[in-house]
Amino acid sequence: MVSMKKKVNYTLNEVKKNKHCYVLIAPYFIIFFIFTALPVITSLLMSFTYFNMLEPPRWIGWDNYARLFVKDDVFLIAVKNTFLFAAITGPLSYIACFILGWLINELPPKIRSFITLVFYAPSISGSAFVIWKFLFSGDAHGYINAFLMKNGIIAEPIQWLTDPKYMLAIVIIVQLWLSLGTSFLAFIAGLQNVDKTLYEAGAVDGIKNRWQELWFITLPSMRPQLMFGAVMQITASFAVADVATNLVGFPSTKYAAHTIVTHLMDYGSIRFEMGYACAIATVLFTIMLLSNLVVQKLLRKVGE
Amino acid sequence: MAKAKIIKGRKVNRSFAGDLGLFIFLSIIGIYMALPLVFVINNAFKPLDEIFIFPPRIFVRNPTLSNFSQLFNLMSNSWVPFSRYIFNTVFITFVGTAGHVIIASMAAYPLAKKNFPGKKLLFSMVVLSLMFSPQVTAIPNYMIISKLKLIDTYWAIIIPAIGSTLGLYLMKQSMETFPDAILEAAQIDGASEYRIFWSIVMPNMKPAWLTLIIFSFQSLWSSGSSGKNYIYSEQLKTLDYALSQVLAGGIARTGATAAVSLLMISVPIIIFIITQSNVIETMTTSGMKE
Repeated sequence: MVSMKKKVNYTLNEVKKNKHCYVLIAPYFIIFFIFTALPVITSLLMSFTYFNMLEPPRWIGWDNYARLFVKDDVFLIAVKNTFLFAAITGPLSYIACFILGWLINELPPKIRSFITLVFYAPSISGSAFVIWKFLFSGDAHGYINAFLMKNGIIAEPIQWLTDPKYMLAIVIIVQLWLSLGTSFLAFIAGLQNVDKTLYEAGAVDGIKNRWQELWFITLPSMRPQLMFGAVMQITASFAVADVATNLVGFPSTKYAAHTIVTHLMDYGSIRFEMGYACAIATVLFTIMLLSNLVVQKLLRKVGE
Repeated sequence: MAKAKIIKGRKVNRSFAGDLGLFIFLSIIGIYMALPLVFVINNAFKPLDEIFIFPPRIFVRNPTLSNFSQLFNLMSNSWVPFSRYIFNTVFITFVGTAGHVIIASMAAYPLAKKNFPGKKLLFSMVVLSLMFSPQVTAIPNYMIISKLKLIDTYWAIIIPAIGSTLGLYLMKQSMETFPDAILEAAQIDGASEYRIFWSIVMPNMKPAWLTLIIFSFQSLWSSGSSGKNYIYSEQLKTLDYALSQVLAGGIARTGATAAVSLLMISVPIIIFIITQSNVIETMTTSGMKE
């Protein structure tokens, strides 16, 4: 008891001594709690209720989750699609961010900043990805169809955006186009900052080509950036929705491009079943958090 | 090593074949990345007959500004004066970005440089919040914003943007590299903590706050789609909403649409061109330490 009291006293003293710290962080963390932490807790609690915005929420226990995994076939399609998207775009975009950053790093500075701009531009150009709609347009006026027909590869225009056979692939292509974002910049920065003398020392020690250099020197020195980039890419790859709804419509033919987020929007902003939508959000939250934490654990092992 | 001596300035361990392969590979990816943007730029300057030509071609032959004048006509005939949309976007972007940079930096300084109870917990919450996307909290967020009576005001977009976590994270990581010796010297000279933060640390964090500015700007510039849930009044809507209405105008406005797309993407790209080297410098410290 005595040591407990001592500890509390010590902490209180520390708090008093560092009053200015709390003053400085207060404005930010008040906003953070109201708009980030509180919503996570609210969403979790609401997922156990029936709530339609008109009547007060009614506690229904695990019913929403039971309905989600047992009765809602569309949700299971959405989960399957989301994992398929994430399993392809996540690792692919992550590797692309790194490989491209690494290759660009070999170029002279002026060319390097130009190519960085070209690669980074799509991710900051907002809704510009709707251009792909024109490129993949289903009639003969679509650029891709026109190109393929002119060269005799296909005879009839292909319905790229309404044929379930192609939809998922096209959303992935566009998602990859958008994915050279923050982590790409972080990797470029990390690569520029690897200690140059390590490379010279490596050459003396018998490293023969750029691949060995990458594996033995570059990757281990960039571990912090690799971990940050992983968080950015994983979170984004599970959140695919805007691209899908804009390109292939909502709902998409046979739900071929339906994801957890589009399912969430369906119940949250069209059907107003808020409790159910929150259960979907909580599932998504759990998936994102778990995969991030697992990947962090794995990346910590790089170069060990 | 001998080779490195012969070709001066050339990096060690590089073969010519490897360089050639690198060039070809980067060109292919470069075309994939740039093609849609090249398409936007060309379409903006195409006369109508070229936009509808069959078979379609990417490059413009007789460039014209008629799409921009068509857009200008549409703008001057809109119900809400177009300058109002511009004002709304500038106000939201400016206040949101300035608030975010100042408030996030204030919080970043103690997190990076001081020791106080609760610091570790707070920062790990920030890192954790990077691990899920905003859609997860969209529904409670709407309810909170409406409880606070912020619906249909600028603040519904501005205040959540101020609390963006990526900005705080990057600023904190960047401030950690600031030399402690300077802080101690200032303390000995009798400067208060607030003064140290504002007149010593902040002026030295220029690359970091430029980075926060560009990230915050990008999200607020295209806030119309997320903001449409919060703002109903036509006279409070933003530029990108107004322009998306032009986009929704269908085939009769194809020319104006092309002009709009070019305008919308060029602003963030120009800002990135100006701040690129600062952004890269900040991202150097973005790494996650165990």
